[in-house]
Amino acid sequence: MTERNETPLVEARHLKKYFQVNVGAFKTAPLKAVNDVSFSIMRGETLGMVGESGCGKTTVGRTLLQLYKPTGGEIIYDGEKIESPASLKKFRTKASMVFQDPYSSLNPRMTVMDIIAEPLDVHKLCRTKEERRERVLQLMDYVGLNSEHASRYAHEFSGGQRQRIGIARALAVKPEFMVCDEPVSALDVSIQAQVINMFDELQDRLGLTYLFIAHDLLVVRHISDRIAVMYLGKMVELASAGEIYDRPLHPYTKSLISAVPLPDPEKARANRRIILKGDIPSPLRAPSGCPFRTRCAYATEACAESMPELKDVSGGHLVACHRTAEIND
Amino acid sequence: MSNDPKHRFNPFSMHVNVDDFIPATDEEKEYIVQMRPSTTFFRDGVRRLCRNKVALISFIVIVIITLSAIFIPLFWPYSYEQMLGVVPGKPVDPSYNNLQPFAYGKTEQKIIEEGGSVFPHIFGTDSSGRDYFIRVVYGTRISLAVGFFASLIVLIIGIVVGSVSGYIGGKVDLVIMRIVDIIYSLPDMLMVILLASVLRQTIGDALEGTVLERIGSNIISLFIVFGILYWVSMARLIRGQILSLREQEYVMAAKATGARPFWIIRHHLIPNCISVVIISTALQIPNAIFTESFLSFVGLGVNAPMPSLGSLASDALNGISSYPYRLIIPALVISLIVLSLNLFGDGLRDAFDPKLKS
Repeated sequence: MTERNETPLVEARHLKKYFQVNVGAFKTAPLKAVNDVSFSIMRGETLGMVGESGCGKTTVGRTLLQLYKPTGGEIIYDGEKIESPASLKKFRTKASMVFQDPYSSLNPRMTVMDIIAEPLDVHKLCRTKEERRERVLQLMDYVGLNSEHASRYAHEFSGGQRQRIGIARALAVKPEFMVCDEPVSALDVSIQAQVINMFDELQDRLGLTYLFIAHDLLVVRHISDRIAVMYLGKMVELASAGEIYDRPLHPYTKSLISAVPLPDPEKARANRRIILKGDIPSPLRAPSGCPFRTRCAYATEACAESMPELKDVSGGHLVACHRTAEIND
Repeated sequence: MSNDPKHRFNPFSMHVNVDDFIPATDEEKEYIVQMRPSTTFFRDGVRRLCRNKVALISFIVIVIITLSAIFIPLFWPYSYEQMLGVVPGKPVDPSYNNLQPFAYGKTEQKIIEEGGSVFPHIFGTDSSGRDYFIRVVYGTRISLAVGFFASLIVLIIGIVVGSVSGYIGGKVDLVIMRIVDIIYSLPDMLMVILLASVLRQTIGDALEGTVLERIGSNIISLFIVFGILYWVSMARLIRGQILSLREQEYVMAAKATGARPFWIIRHHLIPNCISVVIISTALQIPNAIFTESFLSFVGLGVNAPMPSLGSLASDALNGISSYPYRLIIPALVISLIVLSLNLFGDGLRDAFDPKLKS
């Protein structure tokens, strides 16, 4: 991976995103999809983000890119707060997004050329048709697509190729930061490997910073420098990829890691799976205090009373649990 | 294992005889390289449309009718308002009134007897001595123009209102849709008649001396009536389409690049619902023609002496027992236009509606 320096490129401070949902005929209630999440991503780093469905990881990515207006908190990019329309416009040329579904993220009525060139057209980055064409062909070359494909439509491609088109589009504005929202979960395993390796190569070549959202723990471990674990709109643990795997501290992370299938049957047999009881509670009726306490084997009364803060327990390993010290003796 | 695999059959091993293969010809190589040409949704639809005989014939009929309505008046020797019996400085010649098909007036008879030739009155003349054929052609022209432009107005208003309502959503959508509901719940024929009779007065005064006066206040008031009343169903249709399309990830992707709402509507939403819009416009045209004919029939249509198919049919009612063909001809033309437009619209829907795609 590229040399990293320790200045944060993107910072989220107390990011909140609530959706108003109808609960009765005339009543709405806030659905706390992202509830007070703070993190920073260093320049050149890949931050992996994992969690089960509905935990708010996609919402974090989308709110970070201002696709959803945050309910609270702030986003700081390269030392500048993203707030005014001018800063947002600039931010749009620095940050881009790769989407999960390669089928619905490409407009079926546009040719590959037009899809990839759309960010260029929106920001009027190319003065002539020739310049635009050359840039698109260059981008297609980056992601391993043939230049003959430029005049084709998205439906003529396979899933992996479509995802490459989506990545080329995200690269069009020469971004520094990319949010990859489960970019490989719709692809089959062999294609996943190709695409993941391409993300790695692009990072080396273009010095990109990623927020890599996924639910596949092995994929995240392969690509990430640090990993954040989310549960019910909260970040419960944040540590380097190795730390998370070797020394998970939060009970939820422990159970996630224990669920990773191991290729070695010997190890798999020795692996003690931690099976959580119950389902993830509805974010509309989130439990008081620690969101995980309803399913946590170590929960005490104190857990119901106050929300644990994300605390640094050892050299950059952050965990939000009241009983970290007792559990991990 | 045998040394000669050709003569021994072993089900578990595959022996490939190199002699069975021949090198690919240049033509075959070309085929592999080119693959099939990239087809677009539009070309696909046109191909399917061309396979539909009924739709294709309807389309040809529409083209023929439209072209003749446009070009026949350009070279026809008679005009729709010229009373053939009236020559300046001479007494009115009543022999030109109510001529049978291919019959001639007195002066024309004389020319023929002297060896001259006179352009025949194919459908005869009407009670004022006007060539009936050209009046039917001209009426067709008016009816088609009303149908086409009224649908165009409906289309434009519908697209603008529908896409704004669908894309912005929230309170804007709520207000617009309630207005739509109100207009929808009014009895439309009653509203058409009321508006047409009110508007023809006010517009007639307002237009005096302008270019639009030549078109006639009644036709313009018809356009306005259509515009006011019939945009609602189009707006609803487009709103529904856009509501579902705006949740697509490519719209999210466009937003992520910083595209403005207008850009997204123009580049992503409209192109993706255009087939539905075209189909519904094609089906709107016969509807408008039908309403125009009806209004002209009850006397709220075009200004006299301008004919439309509806007013021709209405005029023919006076002499229905003596000259029934004067009612039958415009009625047949209306039916032909409306029928072929409807069949063509159905064909369009079958060809372009992806939900019916087999």
